[in-house]
Amino acid sequence: MSIEVRNLRKTFGGFVALDDVSLDVPGGELVALLGPSGSGKTTLLRIIAGLEPADKGTIHFHGEDTADQPVRDRQVGFVFQHYALFRHMSVFENVAFGLRVRPRNVRPSEAEIRDSVMGLLHLVQLDVLAERRPSELSGGQRQRVALARALAVKPKVLLLDEPFGALDAKVRKELRRWLRRLHEEVHVTSVFVTHDQEEALEVSDRVVIMNEGRVEQSGTPEEVYDRPATRFVYGFLGDVNLFHGRLHQGRVRIGESELDAPEAGDQEGVAYVRTYDVQLHPSPSVHGSLEAIVRHVRAFGPVIRIELDLVKDGRTIEAHLSRTQYDSLPVTKGQCVYVAAMNMRVFPDGTERAG
Amino acid sequence: MATSVMDRPSITAPRAVSRATAESRVVRWTLIGVALVFLALVLVLPLALVFVQAFSKGLPVYWEAITEPDALSAAKLTLLVASIAVPINLIFGVAAAWCISKFEFRGKHLLITLIDLPFAVSPVISGMIFVLLFGAHGWFGSWMSEHGIKIIFAVPGIVLATTFVTAPFIARELIPLMQEQGSEEEEAAIVLGASGWQTFSRVTLPNIKWGLLYGLILCNARAMGEFGAVSVVSGHIRGETNTLPLHVEILYNEYAFAASFAVASVLTLLALVTLALKTLVEWQQRRALADRPHAADTPERIAA
Repeated sequence: MSIEVRNLRKTFGGFVALDDVSLDVPGGELVALLGPSGSGKTTLLRIIAGLEPADKGTIHFHGEDTADQPVRDRQVGFVFQHYALFRHMSVFENVAFGLRVRPRNVRPSEAEIRDSVMGLLHLVQLDVLAERRPSELSGGQRQRVALARALAVKPKVLLLDEPFGALDAKVRKELRRWLRRLHEEVHVTSVFVTHDQEEALEVSDRVVIMNEGRVEQSGTPEEVYDRPATRFVYGFLGDVNLFHGRLHQGRVRIGESELDAPEAGDQEGVAYVRTYDVQLHPSPSVHGSLEAIVRHVRAFGPVIRIELDLVKDGRTIEAHLSRTQYDSLPVTKGQCVYVAAMNMRVFPDGTERAG
Repeated sequence: MATSVMDRPSITAPRAVSRATAESRVVRWTLIGVALVFLALVLVLPLALVFVQAFSKGLPVYWEAITEPDALSAAKLTLLVASIAVPINLIFGVAAAWCISKFEFRGKHLLITLIDLPFAVSPVISGMIFVLLFGAHGWFGSWMSEHGIKIIFAVPGIVLATTFVTAPFIARELIPLMQEQGSEEEEAAIVLGASGWQTFSRVTLPNIKWGLLYGLILCNARAMGEFGAVSVVSGHIRGETNTLPLHVEILYNEYAFAASFAVASVLTLLALVTLALKTLVEWQQRRALADRPHAADTPERIAA
């Protein structure tokens, strides 16, 4: 079951939550909506579910327009950030709810309900807690009950709103891996909202990065990470250094120094360089001659993090070196080094996308 | 996978009196003493006196006072009025709380303020409003007398006044409760395919039932005990428009003290039952809300 979102627009009062958003979710995929808070990702999810009406635009489930479908007929599973379990019902009854509220002629028998609920509780590894109340469960357990409840109605589409947002870091990591595995087992088209880039990149087949009500980029985790389409994506995914300078014949001039640039052109721009693509040399080289003073070295763990002050304009940049790189040039605080960049993306001034 | 971390239940620390806010022994006992003396003088003594006075002429007089036809008819009217006013306010209260807590609309704050109006104005004025509207010289008075409808100095007036005075109880009880609970559970139910009525009866109602019952009890107590507003619209016609509180006053004014207090003791007893019920409901409500984390005690199947 695929989802096609076309030209969606939504405003709350004067605030534009979604601005002409289009999106394709191929059937069976696990897609992450990633963005900072206020970027419209939860609004988009709620509109897909039918919990919120859109001002403009269409949503098709497998080619079928959902405009006239009320929420209860859309056959979506929705997992809320704060679980939204029915607090007065046992875990079993929570999961059974979607089956019990069906009209009599399509309602499964008591035995069928029992089998299907226990099967799901087994899937989320909570079958021994079936008679508990939600208040007696931990956060991670509650979230799994919420997931089982959403899956009980055999949804065509599973939507998860910051599913791990309210959990602590370690539980999140476990649930994340678990969700990935569950998706491989159940294989229902799923969209989940997160503001955690690591979560999005690790779990999903495809990441949709949103900012200020627009889709900045969508693609596989590798695509969006290695080839960010916009400045925003570059800054949002991973650590990055910015060099302001002038583009000229395949070089970026920063003051009197120059760096190799992949793109030609002749204008002011900003070069984006990942922290692990920054190279340090003891003397100026053909690749770069940007002078910098080492300000701080954190030499623990597999990655050595070095803070540098550029001599030209006093800006601070960060370099992440591997241990081998560091061992070949063990810089110390106050030392003068020359900076070069392995991969660089230049965004000419006044444009959002790469030149 | 390792379920160890995921399955840790939330732990809440037991509440203890903070050392920083604890007062010295002398201050504590003085304050407690003052409170106890005040309670004894203002609450317990009058309550006891009601019963002492009621039985001052002996049991037969007491029995006579509460079983004479006028008293019985007053009791019947009181029950009738409460049985109309309370359900009306139940529907109004739930509806008002529902729309205030689950929707955003223009004039919401005005509605919240209006709900409190009957608490803010004196009951006598509440009664006067209805006399002004429906009385013989009121706005709708002449039209109604032409059509033979009688509201003031009749049962409909008493019901109206009582309904007005007791309107806020249920709504006031439910609004904060429903606001705190939010509407996520309802949304979850609808996404799962529940109809509006199923959502209300299976999700909303069970979540508010203790608050609702609490509001009902208070509303009922006030409906049976209301004096001021009812006194204005009733006309004090014995056996017809006399409620129990009005009957107490009439007997008292006729110097039938023992009889007056006998009837009063019935109302007092009603109040005591109300208090007991209220405490029970409060206790149930706390139990329903309390987190009881003992997930850690039970062994759990841990899948690899």
